[in-house]
Amino acid sequence: MRITQGTFSYLPDFTDEEITAQIQYALDNGWPLSVEFTDDPHPRNVYWEMWGLPMFDLADAAGVLMEVNACRQAYPGHYVRLNAYDATLGRQSTMLSFIVQRPPEEPGFRLDRQESADRRVRYTTHSYAVERPAGERYPRS
Amino acid sequence: MTSSGFAMGSRTHAGEPTTPPEEPEPELLPQDATVDLGDVRRETGIDEVLDSLDRELVGLTPVKERIREVAALLLVDRTRARFGIASPRPNLHMSYTGSPGTGKTTVAIRMADLLHRLGYLRRGHLVSVTRDDLVGQYVGHTAPKTKEVIKRAMGGVLFIDEAYYLYRQDNERDYGQESIEILLQVMENNRDDLVVILAGYADRMDEFFRSNPGMSSRIAHHIDFPDYAVSELEQIGCMMAEQVGYRFSEGAEKALHEYLVQRKRQPRFANARSVRNAVERARLRQARRLMDGAEREVGVAALTTLEAEDLLASRVFSAASGKDTMDPG
Repeated sequence: MRITQGTFSYLPDFTDEEITAQIQYALDNGWPLSVEFTDDPHPRNVYWEMWGLPMFDLADAAGVLMEVNACRQAYPGHYVRLNAYDATLGRQSTMLSFIVQRPPEEPGFRLDRQESADRRVRYTTHSYAVERPAGERYPRS
Repeated sequence: MTSSGFAMGSRTHAGEPTTPPEEPEPELLPQDATVDLGDVRRETGIDEVLDSLDRELVGLTPVKERIREVAALLLVDRTRARFGIASPRPNLHMSYTGSPGTGKTTVAIRMADLLHRLGYLRRGHLVSVTRDDLVGQYVGHTAPKTKEVIKRAMGGVLFIDEAYYLYRQDNERDYGQESIEILLQVMENNRDDLVVILAGYADRMDEFFRSNPGMSSRIAHHIDFPDYAVSELEQIGCMMAEQVGYRFSEGAEKALHEYLVQRKRQPRFANARSVRNAVERARLRQARRLMDGAEREVGVAALTTLEAEDLLASRVFSAASGKDTMDPG
């Protein structure tokens, strides 16, 4: 099951040129970018691991792409995403966030139903990938 | 706030075509075609940069020569590409050596602009750093620091001022070495992304390159900035005064010449920077002369003219007779 999180997630995966163009768009708007990765793509897991600090004062996309590639190399079977943050007063929020790497096979989620008091049902999204320990959740391609 | 298209509720652009008009892919020229190099020059607008270089920078003939050569090479490469002849990207890392105040930083800024116009650099900005910005304070601090600076400089020029401080001969555990190694790697692998310019005083740079042969061989252009002659310094002084809205009277011009002859002989002479200081002090003295003067009414001429006495009051002239002053002005 293909995970759809962040911007562009319904599009086919971006090539490096397309990623570079998006990075440049963010930089031209004055948004610093940061790289994050995880192997637990649960929709409620919003805080992914940071790959280094956010990158400030960059002018060109090549620097960001260098970090993306370094992260891809270090964590091949993981999700990697790029966040662009607008720090201007009144905005102060993530303006753009998209996945730049995903594992080759994504097992997806199942819905768990739990009976609780008074025949109420609690629902949980269960990620198949998380059944395995961290670091071994996705087969390395 | 700029309209970004991501703002909530701003869906007005949704229907419009958002893709910019695509640039037509330049077609390869047939083998028997000819190209007017003059047109290519005009397109890139490099003449503008080269002319302003000639106009605004006094002297520095060898530097200007080399810049013209580089510009010509990149221009020819561009034209070759239109015929489909692949030319490898030239190595444009440079080292600028010369005495203090010979215009190394100024030329580096112009160089960034020039390379941007020629399409060699994508952004053409200049990131000026010294040892502090590259070398960390403890183990494991240097690499991220250097990499961050390199990332910032990507698409432009990384200007390392007083580069020889990166390498400390007397301390082999100095973190500067680590920084140099990362720089070397980037200079080799990311040639498309940035140009590294090392700058410093000639003798110490020579020593630096001697202890880091890898660095020396990765730099294609070693450009030496000559000291200015007195006449050139005079010209610089007049231009500097003009930039801040002053002019030298005839007597003052003579005094400036005399001042520079004397100052050049004294220690800690920093070429154009000394001239700038001289102009600054002359401005101070002129202001004081006007305030203390008997004349209450002043016109534009009086306000903008530096007189000979403004310069002659300098300690350079009293020191010329023998003593060395710490801070001649």
